Amino acid sequence: MDVGVFGQYVMNGLMLGMMYALVAVGFTLFFGVMDIINFSHGDVVTVGAFTGLATYLGLSRLGITWAPAQVVIVLVVAMLCMAALGALIAKYLVLPLKAAPALNTLLLTLMLGTVLHEAIRLFYSRGANPLRFPSLLPTNAYSFGNFTLRVDIAMVLAAGLVAIVGIHLVINRTKLGLAIRAVAQDEETAKTMGINFTLIVLVTFAISSGLAAFAGILYGLYYSEIDFAMGILLGVIGFSAAIVGGLGNIYGSIIGGFLFAALETVGAVAIPFASAYKDVFAFGVVILIMAWRPTGLIREKISERV
Amino acid sequence: MNRAGAVFASLLPGVGSAVAVTVYVILLLAVESQAAIAALLVAGVIAVLAAARFGGMARIGKSFAERRIAMNLVIVVAALAMIGFFYEDHFVLLLVATVIIYVIACLGLNLQFGYAGTLNFAGAAFFGVGCYTAAVLTKNTAMPDLLILVVGGVMAAVIGSLLILPVLRTRSHYSAVVTIAFALMFKIFLEVNDTLGGPQGLRVDGMNVLGWVFNDNIEIGENFEASFYLNYIVLGLVILALTFIVVRRLERSWVGLNLDAVRLDETAAACFGLNITRWKITAFMLGNFIVGLAGAFYAMMIGFIAPTNFTFSDSLNLIAIILLGGIGNPWGVVVATTVLIIVPEKLQVIEEYRFLLFGALVILILLFRPEGLLPRPLRTYLPGWQPK
Repeated sequence: MDVGVFGQYVMNGLMLGMMYALVAVGFTLFFGVMDIINFSHGDVVTVGAFTGLATYLGLSRLGITWAPAQVVIVLVVAMLCMAALGALIAKYLVLPLKAAPALNTLLLTLMLGTVLHEAIRLFYSRGANPLRFPSLLPTNAYSFGNFTLRVDIAMVLAAGLVAIVGIHLVINRTKLGLAIRAVAQDEETAKTMGINFTLIVLVTFAISSGLAAFAGILYGLYYSEIDFAMGILLGVIGFSAAIVGGLGNIYGSIIGGFLFAALETVGAVAIPFASAYKDVFAFGVVILIMAWRPTGLIREKISERV
Repeated sequence: MNRAGAVFASLLPGVGSAVAVTVYVILLLAVESQAAIAALLVAGVIAVLAAARFGGMARIGKSFAERRIAMNLVIVVAALAMIGFFYEDHFVLLLVATVIIYVIACLGLNLQFGYAGTLNFAGAAFFGVGCYTAAVLTKNTAMPDLLILVVGGVMAAVIGSLLILPVLRTRSHYSAVVTIAFALMFKIFLEVNDTLGGPQGLRVDGMNVLGWVFNDNIEIGENFEASFYLNYIVLGLVILALTFIVVRRLERSWVGLNLDAVRLDETAAACFGLNITRWKITAFMLGNFIVGLAGAFYAMMIGFIAPTNFTFSDSLNLIAIILLGGIGNPWGVVVATTVLIIVPEKLQVIEEYRFLLFGALVILILLFRPEGLLPRPLRTYLPGWQPK
C-alpha cells in the first residue's frame, strides 16, 4: 500500500479513536465513582452537539461571525450545558437508585438515553433529519503526494489531545482528582476522610458530560453533519472501548477507544469487498475479546469478594 | 349449599374483574374518537387506582390464587369473547395478534431475565433471527409451515449459543455489553447483507397448514365472513397457551427453583451444588427459542420484514415490557404488553411520542415502583395459600 494512503487511514483512525476515547473516559469515570454504567452518555454526546449547533445559530443571529470566537463560545456553552445536565442526571436519577440493583440503574440510563434522543427528534426544529454542522475551522489543506493533511482535522486532533491530557492532569495532579480517585477506590473510607461523596459524584458526572459535549462537537466538525441517532452507536462503541480497556481504568479506556477505531479501520482496509461490514467486524471482535478476557484487557484490580 | 356459597364468594372478585376488563378492552378497541379513548384511559387508570386504594386488588389477587384453573378458563373465555366481538375488523385483530406474539416473545425473555437473571439486550435481534429464518424458508423450501416455526426458534437458539461463552464468562455490566454488541451487529449486518434483502427487507409468504390457507378470509355459508387474521389469532393463542403453560410449570418446578437460586446468589447456589453454567445455558437457549418462534410466526403473519423492525430500541422496548409488568411474573407480561401496544396504536396523538413516553414511564417505574405493575408473587404450592 502507498505510504500516503496509509497515512490517510491512520489519520482517520486517530480521529475516530479520539472521539471514542473521549466518550470511553466518561464511562470509566462514572464506573469509578459509582460502580454504574451510564448508558445515556452517548445521547448526552448528541445533545451536546445539538446544543453547540443551537449556540452557533444564536451567535449568527447576534451577528458574531468571527470564526475563532464562534468555536470557543460554541464549545464553552455546549460543555457547560452538558456539565449541568450531567449533574442533574446524577442528582435526580442516578443517586436515588444507589441502593437498588445495578441492573436498575443500567435500565434507567438506557431509557434516559432514549428520552434524550427522542426529545431531540421531536422537539428540535427539523430534528428528525440529519442537520448540517457548520465548518468553523479553517478549511485549507496541504498535500504530500497521496496524503492530504486537512488543517481542521489536525486542529481537532490537537484539541482532543489537549482534552485527554487535561483530564489526566485533573485526575492525577489536583485535589479534586485525588478525591475522585479516593471515592473510586473506597467510598466509605473516602467519606470518613471528610470527602463530600455527593459533591464528588456530581462533579464527576459534570466533567464526563462536559467531555461528551466536546466529543459531540468534534463529531460535528469532522463529519459536518449531526443527527439525533448518532449517539446510540457512539455510546455503545465508547462503552465497549471502556469495557475492553477494563472499566475504571482511564488509560485502559483511552487505549480501548483507539483500539476500537483501529479495528474499524483495519476492518475497512482488510476486507475491502465488504467495507460495509466494518462495524459488524468491530462488534464481533468486541464479543470475542469479552469471551477471552471477561473483565477487559486490563483486568479489574479487585475481584469481587463473597 | 354453604360450600357452593364459599366457592361463589371466592370466584366473584376474579370473574367480576375479568368481565369488567374484557368489556373495558372491547370498548377501548371499538371506540374511534380520540377524546373518547383518552377519557376511557383516564377512567381505567382511576378505576385501577380506586380498586387498589380500597383493597379490591388484594381480593382479586386472592380470588385468582385460590381458583387458578377456573380463572385460567375465565381468561381464555374472555379472550375468545373479545376476538369474537371483532371477528371482521382487520385492524383490531392485527393489533390483538401482535399483542399475542409479543407476549410470547416476552415470556421467553422473562425466562432469561426474570428467572435466571441473564439480561438479554438483543431480544429484538433473536426475534429477527426467527423472522428471517421464516422468510428464507418459505421462499426457498417446501418445508411445512408449522415446522418452520420450530426451525425459527431453533435457529435463534443456535445463533444465541454463539453468545453463550462470553455471556457465561462475564458478569452484569460486562455481559450486558455482549448482548448489546450483538443487537447492534445484527441490525447492521442485515442492512449491509444483500442476500437477505438489505435495507429493503424481504417478503414472507403467509401460513398454510395442511391446506388451511391462513391469508384467506374465513367464509362460512353465504353471509358470514371473518377476517383472515382470525386464523393467526387462533394459532397464536394455541402457541401462547402452550408457552405459558411451559413457563408456568417450569417456574413451579425444581427447575424454576434452581433458576431463582442462580439469579439471587450465584455463589450460594454453587455452594449448594447447583450447576450455574447448566442452568444459565438452559434458560438462555430456551428463552431464545421462544423468542425466535414468536419471530417466525410474526414474519408469516405480517408478510414483510425489514431491518428497521429489529433495532436496539425494539430490544429495549421488550425489556421495558418485562419491567413494567413486574420482573418474573408472566401475567404481568400479558398486562404490560397489552398496555404498551394497544394504547399507542389507539391513541394516535401519542403514537409519534411513544418511545419518549415509554422511556419516561420506565424511568418513573424504576424510581418509584421498581417491582412493576404486578409484582411477582411468592410461589404457592397449595391453592389459596397466603404468606402469613
